[in-house]
Amino acid sequence: MPAFVSNEPLVKISDLNFTYDLRPVLSGINMTIPRGKVVAIMGQSGCGKTTTLRLIGGQLRPTQGEVRFGGKVIHELDSDDLYAMRRRMGMLFQFGALFTDMSVFDNVAFQMREHTNLSEEMIRDLVLLKLNAVGLRGAQNMMPSELSGGMARRVALARAITLDPLLMMYDEPFTGLDPITMGVIGQLIRQLNDALGGSSIIVTHDVQESLQIVDYVYFMADGKVVAEGTPDEIRASDKAYVHQFVWGEFDGPVPFQYPSAPYRDQIFGATHA
Amino acid sequence: MLEQAATLLRGLGRRVTGRIWRLGFASRFLLATLLYSGTSFRRIFLTIREIYFTGVQSLIIILVSGLFVGMVLGLQGYDTLQRYGSSEALGILVALSLVRELGPVVSALLFASRAGSAITAEIGLMKATEQLSAMEMMAVNPIARVVAPRFWAGVISMPLLAALFSAMGIFGGYLVGVVLIGVDEGSFWSQMQASVDFREDIVNGVIKSVVFGILVSWIAVFEGYDSEPTAEGVSGATTRTVVTSSLAILAADFILTAFMFRGV
Amino acid sequence: MNRMTLDLWVGVFVAIGLGALLFLGLKVGNLATTSTGETYVLKANFDNIGGLKVRAPVKSAGVVVGRVGDIRLDAERYEAVVTMNIGSQFVFPRDTFAKIRTSGLLGEQYIGLSVGGDIEMIKPGDVIKKTESAMVLEDLVGQFLFDKAAEGKDKK
Repeated sequence: MPAFVSNEPLVKISDLNFTYDLRPVLSGINMTIPRGKVVAIMGQSGCGKTTTLRLIGGQLRPTQGEVRFGGKVIHELDSDDLYAMRRRMGMLFQFGALFTDMSVFDNVAFQMREHTNLSEEMIRDLVLLKLNAVGLRGAQNMMPSELSGGMARRVALARAITLDPLLMMYDEPFTGLDPITMGVIGQLIRQLNDALGGSSIIVTHDVQESLQIVDYVYFMADGKVVAEGTPDEIRASDKAYVHQFVWGEFDGPVPFQYPSAPYRDQIFGATHA
Repeated sequence: MLEQAATLLRGLGRRVTGRIWRLGFASRFLLATLLYSGTSFRRIFLTIREIYFTGVQSLIIILVSGLFVGMVLGLQGYDTLQRYGSSEALGILVALSLVRELGPVVSALLFASRAGSAITAEIGLMKATEQLSAMEMMAVNPIARVVAPRFWAGVISMPLLAALFSAMGIFGGYLVGVVLIGVDEGSFWSQMQASVDFREDIVNGVIKSVVFGILVSWIAVFEGYDSEPTAEGVSGATTRTVVTSSLAILAADFILTAFMFRGV
Repeated sequence: MNRMTLDLWVGVFVAIGLGALLFLGLKVGNLATTSTGETYVLKANFDNIGGLKVRAPVKSAGVVVGRVGDIRLDAERYEAVVTMNIGSQFVFPRDTFAKIRTSGLLGEQYIGLSVGGDIEMIKPGDVIKKTESAMVLEDLVGQFLFDKAAEGKDKK
């Protein structure tokens, strides 16, 4: 069992099962996200990482088990409470998901305009503050179509943190970025987490970048948690799956060949007399 | 033989039940849109913005098409009427054809292909790029914020566009009939006024265009919201919007016409 | 596209849309001439109403004074009972004739009221006694042929 400073954890997932179209996506997931920590959920594409995020955010309902946020079970909340809870969360989508018909400024101001009664001057100051935190104050009047991938993601980050959320969720924040931008995003995630005093969950398969900034890692494969630990523990792990993932090995528990009929039979079978 | 027939029937059955299921889903979606329409009217600018993008930007195609349809009506109508010596009835012919049928129907078809497909593509794209998800996660109801204003914009724009179409068409008929061909201007307008009844013809035409507006807007927002979040998904959804809207308009036109113009 | 321009364009759009509706109603339709004033009821019985329809005009000296409200069959006398709504400003003498006329040769049918010289006026709800039914085309043709045949016989 990991040793954490535990007041009550911010997010607690207990025995979570999720089935989609008769296909089991998640089975028996148990996770704890303590306050103030950055936690990574890693695994191959399709192992259920993003589904877990959506379950935490209340966009999906568990088939079995429960997800608790701040002690409350998410799928038992009515829609008003659910929306109230979502205001304490921020989510960064994989490609930013900026609203393409609004400028950068309006995107960041969105939540403030929708949920608060702040005056336009106050909103302006806050927007510039948030944009400054991600280093894009100068881009405030640009349209999302004019931004590069990395810039779009930084603006989306600024947008997600406008109401100072308790929990930040990142869906594949490093995917498709150049090394410099990756480093920037990584540092921003860490700094923002510490500044906001909340927790962060990063769903990723970028090992090197994330192991540098997170406090704890959950490893998932085929909808189950196969390993967990601090970054050092993970690096030193001798579990075959973890080892293959972390060191990028060619073949191992995740086989190179996609399952198919035996090679000999397919090549020679047809010509056998 | 029997096997093939059975598979065919099973496939057909599945398709039909699939369509019916989808219709039920679409109806619940319409209900949700209506329930969450408060924001569209409390923050009227959202709806006004959409009226601009659906209504105002359809003006050119509606006005030009209306003019041409009216002019063709004038030509064809004169050609047929003058054979019976009734060319002064041209005004009646043009006005009634437009106000009762062509105005509401043709403008609805044009609206579906221009504005309807645009709405579907926009909502579908927002779904594919996770903008709707992002909105949900920011505790803003996407149906209230994105879908309902577009729905109401379509419902409001449609009757206005139909009226403009009919008006332009009558003007086109006047241009061809009176100015070009030389039908008597006085009889053109006076016979028209005497035969076009406000309640029977014009109001019925407006009712038709409101019904068409509801149908087209409903189909457009639903197909967008329900589309597969991929490029093929969005393009399929826009095609479906145009096809389904057109069929729905024509079918509804028949039903409404049968009810409205029964005894006249 | 800023807010002001958007509002302006939408305002223009709605204005011309409503303007088109008004144009259709007033210039194209008969909204301006539909009387919304007070009317009173007069009845008239006809042997044959021909193609007379409800809402057909009732004219006197060619001017529209009212509309046909209702057309029924009197089950005892097998006559058509036509109810007319006449504008309150028009009063007619008791010996007024009600004839079913056709506008033009093949046009729609209307009721024409021709006045007599009676000093007393018809009261609301009264029945017009003197009526002339519609001319039915088949009867006319039959009459014409009969007359022609009779003429031929006389000449012989």
